Amino acid sequence: MGAYQAPLRDMLFNIRELVDFESVVSLPGFEEAAEYLEPVLEQAAEFAADVLDPLNHSGDREGAHFDHGTVSTPKGFKAAFKQFADGGWIGLPMPTEYGGQNLPQIIATAALEMWQASNMAFSNGPLLNQGAIEAILLCGTSEQKQRFIPRLIAGEWTGTMDLTEPQAGSDLAQVRTKAVPTGDHFLLTGQKIFITYGEHDYVDNIVHLVLARTPNAPEGVKGISLFIVPKRTLNPDGSLGELNDVRCAGIEHKLGIHASPTCTMNYGEAGGAVGYLVGEENEGLKYMFIMMNAARFSVGVQGYSLADRAFQAALAYARERVQSKDVAAKEWTPVRIIEHPDVRRMLMDCKAHVEAMRSLAFYTAAQLDHAHHNPDPAAKAEAQSGVELFTPIVKAWSTEISTQLVSEALQCFGGMGYIEETGVAQYYRDVRIAQIYEGTTGIQANDLLGRKFLRDQGKTAMRVMGEMQSTLAALNAWESDELKAIGTEFAKALRALTDASQWLGAEGLRVLANSGNLKSMFAGAVPYLLLWGYTAGGWMMAKAAVIAAGKAGEPFYDAKLKTARYYAAHALPKAVAYAEEVMGGGQSTLAVSEDEFDLDRRALALV
Amino acid sequence: MKIVVTVKLVPDTNADKRIDPATKRLVRTGVETVLNPFDEYAIEAALQLKEKLGGDTTVTIFSMAPETGKEIVRKALAMGADDAAMLSDAGLEGSDVWGTAYAMAQALKKVGFDLIVCGTQSTDAITGELPGALAEYLGVPGLTYLRKVDVDGTTVRGERETDNGYQKVVAELPALVSVTKSINEPRYPSLKGIMGAKKKTITTLSLAELALDRPVGSDGAKTEVLDLAAAPVRGKGRMVNASDGADGARIIVEFLREKKLL
Ligand SMILES: Cc1cc2nc3c(=O)[nH]c(=O)nc-3n(C[C@H](O)[C@H](O)[C@H](O)COP(=O)(O)OP(=O)(O)OC[C@H]3O[C@@H](n4cnc5c(N)ncnc54)[C@H](O)[C@@H]3O)c2cc1C
Ligand SMILES: Cc1cc2nc3c(=O)[nH]c(=O)nc-3n(C[C@H](O)[C@H](O)[C@H](O)COP(=O)(O)OP(=O)(O)OC[C@H]3O[C@@H](n4cnc5c(N)ncnc54)[C@H](O)[C@@H]3O)c2cc1C
Repeated sequence: MGAYQAPLRDMLFNIRELVDFESVVSLPGFEEAAEYLEPVLEQAAEFAADVLDPLNHSGDREGAHFDHGTVSTPKGFKAAFKQFADGGWIGLPMPTEYGGQNLPQIIATAALEMWQASNMAFSNGPLLNQGAIEAILLCGTSEQKQRFIPRLIAGEWTGTMDLTEPQAGSDLAQVRTKAVPTGDHFLLTGQKIFITYGEHDYVDNIVHLVLARTPNAPEGVKGISLFIVPKRTLNPDGSLGELNDVRCAGIEHKLGIHASPTCTMNYGEAGGAVGYLVGEENEGLKYMFIMMNAARFSVGVQGYSLADRAFQAALAYARERVQSKDVAAKEWTPVRIIEHPDVRRMLMDCKAHVEAMRSLAFYTAAQLDHAHHNPDPAAKAEAQSGVELFTPIVKAWSTEISTQLVSEALQCFGGMGYIEETGVAQYYRDVRIAQIYEGTTGIQANDLLGRKFLRDQGKTAMRVMGEMQSTLAALNAWESDELKAIGTEFAKALRALTDASQWLGAEGLRVLANSGNLKSMFAGAVPYLLLWGYTAGGWMMAKAAVIAAGKAGEPFYDAKLKTARYYAAHALPKAVAYAEEVMGGGQSTLAVSEDEFDLDRRALALV
Repeated sequence: MKIVVTVKLVPDTNADKRIDPATKRLVRTGVETVLNPFDEYAIEAALQLKEKLGGDTTVTIFSMAPETGKEIVRKALAMGADDAAMLSDAGLEGSDVWGTAYAMAQALKKVGFDLIVCGTQSTDAITGELPGALAEYLGVPGLTYLRKVDVDGTTVRGERETDNGYQKVVAELPALVSVTKSINEPRYPSLKGIMGAKKKTITTLSLAELALDRPVGSDGAKTEVLDLAAAPVRGKGRMVNASDGADGARIIVEFLREKKLL
């Protein structure tokens, strides 16, 4: 497989033209960011292609290994991590006072895509590390910040997020790990499972951010606290002390991301692991959710990054593989498969959806920058509401369709796609986890429908739909058949989103009046999320089309316009179908009783 | 101590190169320009010396190239060099090795140096002659093809690669060295380096600022490319089918004898 080539041109288009970059770089602290944009992206692309990409396939084959409590990562990973850390990449979006470079999220998002596309199993480490850093930044004491953050940013230590327990996955209210206060710290006992990079051979210390309960904590979500539990305890002067009572009990054998160790972590087998409370007691889940938003967004980016990587491989293969005659030709001369309309369809599916997902992610990242840095409270709040609405969409929509796209990219290879040596099979196995961790698609959809739409009384949703209307008007203002065709499909999708949202709003009111059906509403939660995804993707492509129309004649923009047209014709109609599923499908989802699911499997004599 | 690294800007090494039959020069338009990959080793060697020597040791990047190459020179700065100087002048177009070395020498005298570090060769013209010519014009000792280099006090020493081993060489400063690819593994620019490079100065010199006593550019060229021919297409390989291994081995040995390789 050819080396990874980052889509730098499309990234720059998104940053410089599609999102309001000017407004981002006028935020306090970002004044110089515009100057750094190109060289930073170029260097990240080179690092991804030269260092991370070559380790992707070998890392998959070798995998991480567990031996008596220690975990070794595949050949080359440790050195690559050192280069990654020495290169300062961990600190890209982090505050300068702790050794970071304080660059905006939109630049960080582009870099993140390159890391993920070139080596997802490697890049999961930095992804979770970033979550840990953000947790401490957000709610740690200043002493905790001084102690941990500079070393995490420098990559001297790494961080993990320890939420999941056997009985507590989607529902973290069920967390049982105990934390008992002793002097200036707590002693933790319990077991965490599925902890990404919970143990490895990169560095000497690993900083676990652990959810646990204190002795008198209330039941449920209101009784969970967040703790820092380092693998090695710290001496009062900050130097590394003894090994803490934390042990990796094993790693999982998984479908994909073989190089990324997924660890079972046992706390307190010898009496209790020393942990330090982060923020207020019993507020842990709240902190975790603020931070998880960032991680959810990153996993959404992870999804389309893999789709883009698989697409790049499929395109190269389709240009070379010769098979079957051209359907329109008279003579039976085999042609390169890229000349077959159906292969074109698969490649266009990849290209159009990836570009739409990328734009939606960059758009959300720009909102994130405003949410964090805009000095005007009203603008800040508005940006924050946009981030909250779009985070579950970026996470779940991108990962759901990316899995399908990687499958299509694999399909372009025919039988070779199913053969491991080809390389694309790995992307298919790797990408699948993105729909599960950091909250499954079902959980994201509940979040969108319950918290972000119903609880918000549709306010943010309505505002965003209003903005979509303006884009539609801009599109229709052009005397262009191309743009009009895009406008027609976008208008239908927007109508569908509006209708489904109104129906859900009305049904919500009926539920409050005891005449609606909450369960059948939630049966439509995932379709509602996908409806949002396809429509928002169409919104981004519509914005792109308007920009491209103004630069007709330049190859990049001509291709962009054609791609937007494809998206309108092939992806936007799905929005209409999902809206119908939301409004009419809930009852039938729940109509079959549990018994009826497998009536057909009983011994014939009993029927 | 002031270390100057000379870097050449060359067309992307992976790109297809084309020579304009009329001018007999490399076509540089439409091809991405990059740092001569060999020169990354020279930069790395200089940075390692700076790290070792500390104090007031500085590393300056020097390139004779059109001003459009500034952003690429910045990449060298991102690796950690302190500043850069460029000699850019339309009058330099068409310089041969002789003219290039002469113009560079005059510019480097102006820039000042204790040690000059060159790469072994460029990836476009690949003569490998520039370092020697440059040392000559500067009137300083030239230690070329070093696989190891160290500076201590006022001397530079190193190991000079030869076909069958190496030579230990030493010279007084100021001096010039050229380093080979086996000397080190060049670092990737760090994020901090990339951002810091934006603030570093790149001074440009033009021919008017130099004390030249002979013409440079195509006027001053002592050599001229008369004709160009494509490299001969490699002959087809020969396939040998042998029923047993010994048979095959015999045929191969015969073949190698025939080619006088045995
Ligand atoms: C490779 C890997 C790496 C991981 N890394 C980490 C890590 O670093 N740190 C960490 O803490 N965890 C990690 N996890 C755990 C991961 O976040 C959980 O597996 C995930 O949140 C789902 O929880 P669960 O496995 O318990 O599934 P369950 O919660 O049991 O879910 C099973 C199914 O039920 C559905 N479901 C559950 N509740 C609802 C609901 N209310 N409404 C609708 N549907 C529902 C889910 O969508 C899912 O389809 C990792 C997991 C894997 C596989
Ligand atoms: C098509 C073509 C035709 C040419 N015709 C002639 C000709 O007719 N006669 C002739 O003599 N030469 C000719 N040249 C060579 C040209 O003049 C050389 O490119 C130039 O002199 C530098 O030499 P080099 O590239 O071989 O460098 P090398 O000697 O291979 O490079 C060694 C080191 O010198 C340094 N260096 C080289 N160039 C520079 C620079 N510009 N700035 C800073 N450092 C540098 C670098 O450290 C480099 O690693 C031709 C080149 C081409 C491509």
